[in-house]
Amino acid sequence: MRGQRMAFAVMVAVLALAPLVVYPVFMMKVMCFALFACAFNLLIGFGGLLSFGHAMFLGAGGYASAHAAKVWGLPTELAILFGTGVALVLGYVVGLLAIRRQGIYFAMITLALAQMVYFFALQAPFTGGEDGIQAVPRGRLFGLVDLNQPLAIYGFVMAIFLGGFLLIWRVVHSPFGQVLKAIRENEARAISLGYDADRYKHIAFVISGGVAGLAGATKAIVFQLASLTDVHWTMSGEVVLMTLLGGLGTLFGPVIGAAIIITMQNYLAQLGAWVTVVQGVIFVLCVLAFRRGVIGELGRWLKKSL
Amino acid sequence: MDIFGISTQALFGQLLIGLINGSFYALLSLGLAVIFGLLNIINFTHGAQYMMGAFVAWLLLNKLGIGYWWALLLAPLAVGATGVAMERLMLSRLYQLDHLYGLLLTFGLALIIQGLFRNEFGSSGLPYRIPEQLTGGQNLGFMFLPNYRAWVIAASLVVCLATWYVIERTKLGAYLRAATENPQLVQAFGVNVPRMITLTYGFGVGLAGLAGVMAAPIYQVNPLMGADLIIVVFAVVVIGGMGSILGSILTGFGLGVVEGLTKVFYPEASNIVIFVIMVIVLLIKPAGLFGTQK
Repeated sequence: MRGQRMAFAVMVAVLALAPLVVYPVFMMKVMCFALFACAFNLLIGFGGLLSFGHAMFLGAGGYASAHAAKVWGLPTELAILFGTGVALVLGYVVGLLAIRRQGIYFAMITLALAQMVYFFALQAPFTGGEDGIQAVPRGRLFGLVDLNQPLAIYGFVMAIFLGGFLLIWRVVHSPFGQVLKAIRENEARAISLGYDADRYKHIAFVISGGVAGLAGATKAIVFQLASLTDVHWTMSGEVVLMTLLGGLGTLFGPVIGAAIIITMQNYLAQLGAWVTVVQGVIFVLCVLAFRRGVIGELGRWLKKSL
Repeated sequence: MDIFGISTQALFGQLLIGLINGSFYALLSLGLAVIFGLLNIINFTHGAQYMMGAFVAWLLLNKLGIGYWWALLLAPLAVGATGVAMERLMLSRLYQLDHLYGLLLTFGLALIIQGLFRNEFGSSGLPYRIPEQLTGGQNLGFMFLPNYRAWVIAASLVVCLATWYVIERTKLGAYLRAATENPQLVQAFGVNVPRMITLTYGFGVGLAGLAGVMAAPIYQVNPLMGADLIIVVFAVVVIGGMGSILGSILTGFGLGVVEGLTKVFYPEASNIVIFVIMVIVLLIKPAGLFGTQK
């Protein structure tokens, strides 16, 4: 725990000081994806459930909050809340279906359901098809703070990211989180001890979907855009990669993984399809030789669980 | 002549397209099921290998002047050979780990293969012409049946049934089924199980390559032609359950037809109908139509 508190303090300091050296918009992108990856990691890292369709929550949260802010004119905080709520409901329904099968089937089912959400987003009238929802207003926070100011929006995103991160931290260390880990390690034994494994998995799925939706909703407000990229299966693959590279089942791994992948995409953006190749290579290397990920290896070296 | 206000021409046309798509679903899900049975790995690279089959056929024709019929033999062999190399070099290191790592590895490989082909050939489709012997078509009175499409349906049916026969009715298939149940015991009886696993992976991947060659003249040869298809095939696999070979074949063809019919009666839902069916099957029979829950 002490190691984790120190790591958290370092992370807060880095995030607070980063805009002095790095482009703030880039940092905000990293934080949105880091939160997304943390949500995903709650399932795979602590519940042992590989969801291959997590982009559906990112996209649903994004579309819902963008629509609420732009068309309905809801205040920013309510728009984000609405986006998160939509993702929670989606998580409830999808979770109900997906937990009916285990292991590899779980991954395939989530992927197929995400593809369904993708086609829905492609065809539904309010999503704007290929164009997406553009020019989403950032608005004023609680009617007071103008979020078009760089400092205000940065602080806002940082607060949401840290809030989401702490929520997941709390879940992981709660009795609920312990049962979840027990189910990951040995589902049959957890059931024999009287735990309703399906219910625990379902709740974890809903929380994970909700936090992913929060990340998507925030992202849509910050970048003033909700688009098909966020619901496509490549995005689901990217979040798996971020988490795997940072370290499955570590608290800080997804954050580092997201930072590395986003940085890489930034530098390689002009290379087109090579980005895909490089991501594929990282996947293969991680699976074959680097399964603990960056933070996993660091934690092993420091003899601390991070 | 009209049925429910839809001309029979359109109805049978879409039914035919449905059967064609169904042929590819059946070939691909069959390969996935055979691989999963023995390796316990869901082969995410399957869509990329299907695409490779189409590209090998295209390259054979355009670079070496080797036509469709030879491609039908050579492309699956070439794709199967790359599969054997993949299994030996990478997949075989993962058998002791959680099965999810196999999925992640093959997903990464699919990204690499698709990215490399996109760099080399761009994202626009390349045409592949129908072989001379199969151009033209038959007028059946109620519809026009292009020869090539009839050939694809017949050929994939034959390949699927032959695979079923080999696995369910021959001695080789008996070894294979035994190794699926208990690899250690089969190994103890003196069967070289690791080699069998390698060849099985090569065979399943070869089937994907074969599907790619057959698809080349129908769809354009495109680096991403397998990327979205594989997700539909995953849904097909979930619906059918991977326990039964015949089940995979039936589900593949059946869902192709259902998809074709949806295109006639409610086109907006045609690209999600298979996912909707998956949801219904999960609610009623979670193990899949032909599957057994482990």
